[in-house]
Amino acid sequence: MKIIILGAGQVGGTAAEQLAREQANDVTVVDTRDEVLRDLQDRLDIRTVSGNAAHPATLLAAGIQNADLLVALTSSDEVNMIACQIAWTLFRTPTKIARIRSGDYYGRPELFGENAIPVDLAISPEQLVTDYVERLIRYPGALQVLEFADGRVRLVGMRALKGGKLVGHQLQELRAHIPDREVRVAAIYRGGRNIKPEGNTTIEEHDEVFFIAARADMRPMMKELSTEEATVRRVVIAGAGNIGFRLARALEDRVQVKLIEHSPERARRAAETLRNTLVLTGNAADEDLLLEENIDDADVFVAVTNAEEANILSAMLAKKLGARRVMALINKPSYAELMENGPIDIAISPQTVTIGGLLEHVRRGDVVRVHSLRRGAAEAIEAIVHADSRNSPVAGKRIDQVKLPEGTTIGAIVRGQEVIMGHHDTVIAPEDHVILFLTDHRHVEQVGRLFQAGTPA
Amino acid sequence: MNLRVVQRILGLMLMLFSLTLLVPIAVSLAYADGHWRPFLYSLLIVAAAGLLLWLPVRTARRDLRLRDGFLIAAVFWICLGFAGATPLLLSDVPTLSFTEAVFEAVSGFTTSGATVIVGLDELPKSILFYRQQIQWLGGMGIIVLAVAILPILGIGGMSLYKAETPGPIKDQKLTPRITQTAKAMWAIYALLTAACAVGFWLAGMDGFDAISHAFSALSTGGFSTHDASLGYFDSISIEIIATVFMFLGGANFALHFSALRRREVGVYWRDTEFQAYFWIVASVVAFASVYLWLSGEYPAFGTSLRHASLQVVSMQTSTGLLTTGFVNWPGALPALLMSLTLICGCAGSTAGGMKVIRWLIVFRQGVAELKQLVHPSAEIPVKLAGRPVSQRVVSGVAGFFAMYFIVFAALMFLAMMFGMDQVSAWSAIATSINNTGPGLGDVAWNFRDVPDSAKWVCIIAMLAGRLEIFTFVILLTPAFWQR
Repeated sequence: MKIIILGAGQVGGTAAEQLAREQANDVTVVDTRDEVLRDLQDRLDIRTVSGNAAHPATLLAAGIQNADLLVALTSSDEVNMIACQIAWTLFRTPTKIARIRSGDYYGRPELFGENAIPVDLAISPEQLVTDYVERLIRYPGALQVLEFADGRVRLVGMRALKGGKLVGHQLQELRAHIPDREVRVAAIYRGGRNIKPEGNTTIEEHDEVFFIAARADMRPMMKELSTEEATVRRVVIAGAGNIGFRLARALEDRVQVKLIEHSPERARRAAETLRNTLVLTGNAADEDLLLEENIDDADVFVAVTNAEEANILSAMLAKKLGARRVMALINKPSYAELMENGPIDIAISPQTVTIGGLLEHVRRGDVVRVHSLRRGAAEAIEAIVHADSRNSPVAGKRIDQVKLPEGTTIGAIVRGQEVIMGHHDTVIAPEDHVILFLTDHRHVEQVGRLFQAGTPA
Repeated sequence: MNLRVVQRILGLMLMLFSLTLLVPIAVSLAYADGHWRPFLYSLLIVAAAGLLLWLPVRTARRDLRLRDGFLIAAVFWICLGFAGATPLLLSDVPTLSFTEAVFEAVSGFTTSGATVIVGLDELPKSILFYRQQIQWLGGMGIIVLAVAILPILGIGGMSLYKAETPGPIKDQKLTPRITQTAKAMWAIYALLTAACAVGFWLAGMDGFDAISHAFSALSTGGFSTHDASLGYFDSISIEIIATVFMFLGGANFALHFSALRRREVGVYWRDTEFQAYFWIVASVVAFASVYLWLSGEYPAFGTSLRHASLQVVSMQTSTGLLTTGFVNWPGALPALLMSLTLICGCAGSTAGGMKVIRWLIVFRQGVAELKQLVHPSAEIPVKLAGRPVSQRVVSGVAGFFAMYFIVFAALMFLAMMFGMDQVSAWSAIATSINNTGPGLGDVAWNFRDVPDSAKWVCIIAMLAGRLEIFTFVILLTPAFWQR
């Protein structure tokens, strides 16, 4: 697939990296900053074009005539929209994705479409991150909560902690613990290394466990892995930028929210719009301010300012002062890796959250949903099985007959309204939605091929 | 730096090179010249050497850094010189000393075309063909070939590609994937070579000579299968074909790529470097023809034009296929033609030299400097085709010039120290560092009478020139080796 990415910022760079990893993709990145492009090209096997992303000449130089997909990820909504418009009007580019940050545009879906601004998918990283953080707050204890099949199935990643009933026990005992619940453990990471989950695998404290379950079965399983967490009542958010503000608005009607913002002007604007949030002007890394506002009683502290170093420091401080769970928005994967195994409970990586939405449009075959896990090392995908059972390597086969690449597990199958957990003898039927977990993203292409229509057996 | 990965790739590329020796074996069998043994033995030796390098580290995997690319390129080219010399050394016709064999091989790979062999017309076909083939492989570059056909090189391909392809601005990829870019380059190269060979054949060469000279022209090498070079054929149509294809070989292959893809010749004309390249060639041809005619070297203007155009294009593109000895031309012409080879072809071509675009940038920088003296507070960017050239590239080019002339001077003094006279030493180093072939004085026709020690100096000059100085000199800097 020929892909053009506009904008070589954090999200653009990560998208280029992830997409270029698959041999089938030809990636070209456009940006105005030569040095950024040079760094990117030194690191990745991509082509770069320097110029204004919305100018037809630049798009031509990037090879727009043959492009299958245009992903506009510059920091300007307007440039992104105009680029999509030009790509469609002049070059009929089939698929166009644009990053739209402003809620004013994003909130009016009728703006986007064939007869309006030709954007096939408007993604708002800020909105995606907000939704993601909101889900994490709703399920205290979870490191990651991802949805499949319109939310009927969820993939949850969480850390096993002392007090969980299954911790220190073998996986096969799970059935006795929660007899009528269907849960499938997809992967276990111990000290950053992947362990194949089998019946006799013992769950240890601090293991990172990924399991797939129907929505209703999530909570009992979460109790198996850690002590029952009290529901969240008090949330402190640091940073009233795009994400912090949206998060406060999403949460303020259900829980008590305190929003700390450095800039008085921004703080006042947030206070004017929000109804039930207490907006505080000050530095989130100021110990006195945090103590004053009873940080030791806070259930969740979320640092989402623009400066990731400040996020890390304020989250560490909040943890030390007694906040129960702390999260920080961290862009650099290496920082996130460092922090998540240490003082910070959850490192929120905006690129990983955003990239899933993009990957769905890139994967050929019938992959309908892709979630990037563990900062891109692992992936969870949802794929549709095709009716043509004579040829399909999947349809009509039992799970243990399907030749899956190493480290890949079929977690669950969604058949109509029904959710079936993957056992070795489950037979896959045409039109099933299959949810797979890949511990190695390099196998994605192989898995995608299994679900491609009309592949000879 | 990861020496294990470097070693693994070196081993792989040596094995890749050993496979190319199958072609001269086939030629030898086809012409029944009984000379297949040296090639078979060399094939086995080189393959074994590659295997020995590769085996202990075959599992070493890591993405190549920029530094690794330089190291691989430089070391591989040195290895290639020795590996390529083995068939010549093992063969009893011609009898070459070790130094001579390495000189001949390096001269071939670097597309210099300077030879130490006299009596080409009596050599076995397989040896003749081998000399042409190594030029052709070296023209586009074996490392680029490896990047094209060995997918295992992966991301590191870019750093290797950068280390081998010539030109000051190397970030422009033709296609998003480096392997595709390398494939495209080789495909165009092969296509042009085929076209050239057909042209020669239609103009009256036999099949063997047609292919051999097509290899020589497109790679801007300069080896011939005859002592008299192109003069042997004495045919105007052959000379015209040779002129055209040498000229194309000296143009940027990225332009050929765009022109072919868009099916449009205008692409060439819109390129500033190509324009300059064309005008330099055209004006020197015109000047030389008139000069030759007026000075009475050739009685007819037509003859002057015929000899001037081939010789000028041949020197400008660093090829060295000649029809007449321009050494004996009157006045400034011999030195002028020798100097042309310093400018040479375009970036991204198979030609050697400093490349037209660098001269263009330096020249415009000089003009900008003059303007700056008149208007001290003016903002005067250096522009190419209306677009500003980044300061980094301009200073890179300036650095290249400095390094080039330092290396040039150092090697020239060495050559003189080893007993060459001034004119011969200057032209021998110029012709070696620019990968051209013919020189002036003692080296006007071949390098046979050059002392052995001076031959080694020329070998170093050829390698340094082919890798555009920096790739070579960087290995000598302490900074490169510091961890």
